[in-house]
Amino acid sequence: MSSEPPPSLAVWKFASCDGCQLSLLDCEDELLGLAGAVHIAHFTEMTRAHVDGPYDVSLVEGSITTSEDAERILAIRAASRRLITIGACATSGGVQALRNLAAEGEFVGVVYAHPEYVSSLETSTPISAHVAVDFELNGCPIDRRQLLEVITASLVGRRPVIPDHTVCQQCKGRGAVCVLVAHGTPCLGPVTRAGCGALCPSVGRGCYGCFGPVGGANTDALAERLLQLGMAPVDASRLFSTFYSGNEVFARQSVTLRRAGDAS
Amino acid sequence: MTGEAGQRRTISVEGLARVEGEGSLRVDVRGGRVEDVELHIFEPPRFFEAFLRGRRATEAPDLTARICGICPVAYQMSACTAVEDALGMDVGRPITDLRRLLYCGEWMQSHSLHVYMLHAPDFLGCQDAVEMAQEHRTAFERGLALKKTGNRIMETVGGRAIHPVNVKVGGFYRAPSRAEVAALSGPLHEALAHALATVEWVGGFDFPDVQADYRFVALRGPGRYPLESGRVVSSEGMDLTPGGFADLVVEEQVARSTALQARLEGRLEYLTGPLARYALNSSQLPDLARQAAARAGLGATCTNPFRSIIVRAVELVVACEEALALVERYEPPDPPTVPVAAGGGVGTGATEAPRGLLFHRYRIDPEGSIAAARIVPPTSQNQIVIESDVRRAVQSALDLTDDELTWRSEQAVRNHDPCISCATHFLDVTVTRQ
Repeated sequence: MSSEPPPSLAVWKFASCDGCQLSLLDCEDELLGLAGAVHIAHFTEMTRAHVDGPYDVSLVEGSITTSEDAERILAIRAASRRLITIGACATSGGVQALRNLAAEGEFVGVVYAHPEYVSSLETSTPISAHVAVDFELNGCPIDRRQLLEVITASLVGRRPVIPDHTVCQQCKGRGAVCVLVAHGTPCLGPVTRAGCGALCPSVGRGCYGCFGPVGGANTDALAERLLQLGMAPVDASRLFSTFYSGNEVFARQSVTLRRAGDAS
Repeated sequence: MTGEAGQRRTISVEGLARVEGEGSLRVDVRGGRVEDVELHIFEPPRFFEAFLRGRRATEAPDLTARICGICPVAYQMSACTAVEDALGMDVGRPITDLRRLLYCGEWMQSHSLHVYMLHAPDFLGCQDAVEMAQEHRTAFERGLALKKTGNRIMETVGGRAIHPVNVKVGGFYRAPSRAEVAALSGPLHEALAHALATVEWVGGFDFPDVQADYRFVALRGPGRYPLESGRVVSSEGMDLTPGGFADLVVEEQVARSTALQARLEGRLEYLTGPLARYALNSSQLPDLARQAAARAGLGATCTNPFRSIIVRAVELVVACEEALALVERYEPPDPPTVPVAAGGGVGTGATEAPRGLLFHRYRIDPEGSIAAARIVPPTSQNQIVIESDVRRAVQSALDLTDDELTWRSEQAVRNHDPCISCATHFLDVTVTRQ
């Protein structure tokens, strides 16, 4: 038996909904095992205790939307041996990246009577736009089994096994009826990264892309098909512009469709 | 250090733990009197009300779910009911009942998280639930089992525990089968026993003797403990539709917080959440919950905020009893949704999130797009009362050391299970003694 101390794990929050951190607490069957395998050095949602770095593994939730947070992530990176982003906000800017498409002054004024009290950047950006990231786990929210795989792999020093294929393939594997082919329901399954288990098609709705685009996604072909189904360009544009609107593949497709709508 | 005359103390918590989201607390004490309490909410703003404009009204449930990963069902339910109110839609009892079952799952998940992982460690002198589990393993495992069953209900009915995919304006994409819902019965019977044991367990904790004079606001409906619908009532006799209530609530922005602070008519602070729901609905508790509350020594109202953990445990019993009743008489609604009505309008939806009343109001244009959105989460409404509670808790405990007083202040905040992520749309504790 080694007498080395267990590796330290820190969990950090930026602009987000807390859902991806909650995924860790949702590992009801594994939580005590995990807490026994690591030293939880910082996790505000769970504990009062805080230990200063360095940390072996940092999990980062949320996007960068203020100048203070842009500074804070630098210090976290410097204190972390491995830094892993969890969720759509940390990996692509999240739903709040919809602001990137508008002038911030306009947005602050809608919510706050005194915009001068609120200091906020004009964009919501992923962690990787500010510091080096060792692994990005996608999803809005992330899948807790994938989270356990990423933590386990990080602790033993191997690459996490996270599939890089489409929701479409997962859907076929599940034996669900194709909502796009059978019912003409708009679905982002052909261009969206697997991980959720093809949940939406299994309840008869189209995938809404909450795990972000898969590598090599052919969004142009899908957009054309959506329009053939009779979807208005502005609605197709919105479909690409939700939880991964900060991702350039989805953002570009959304803008292209919106312009097509404006022109028609 | 004690609060001698003329002495200045500052209690400062720079990252309030075991709450959802980012906030800090600063308490200034001068000459043995609490002079100032400031709850700072520095959770970065995310501008939901702004980017909802121009989106389809039918997108509101999925978009607003992302305000909070702890209570996404609350956001989905308030969004759906607001849009349905605006468009004049009535979804009928079977769909409402299935929504109620889903909401019971969220209450079980969120309340067991708060009772066991966020709040109970305070009463047992532990930094967190993992430390608590070393001495109270059976209790901790009971909490996890309750949480797991809550998540299972959300997965069965909602398709996913966090940000469910099966909810839509009008109802559900797919009604779960009778067999899928019947499979919840066994785990729910176990959960009910765990919930009753929870009331007994937390009822045995030591509580500071603090009483507050709260103005309670909660939903109330005929014959059932409030969840997904009802009129908005207060301990002072207010009785309004959700829309009428929304008209009364004025939100104000203060420099120290990215969360707006809400008051009735711009001047009366009020409390929502378990204490309010219980005080205004204790006559509507289902049988086992009412008996458990009586055994734990709760009267018709509870005004000691530290005892909110008992009320939350009683509400766990409510959620289990309700869910069991709904499971036993479940018939899949067919169809699982009503059509979305065309046209526009203004509508309000108010439902009971685990931590308090959550209302949405939308103005929808004739093409079905959102022209204006207003979302008022529980923590915005409770923020002023939470500051008053901290003031009261510190004032009554000035003989404690700074470390003990800091912990007590944090606990006074956690009593209300604030969700800072929601409200920003919250706590570092600093206590200054002078």
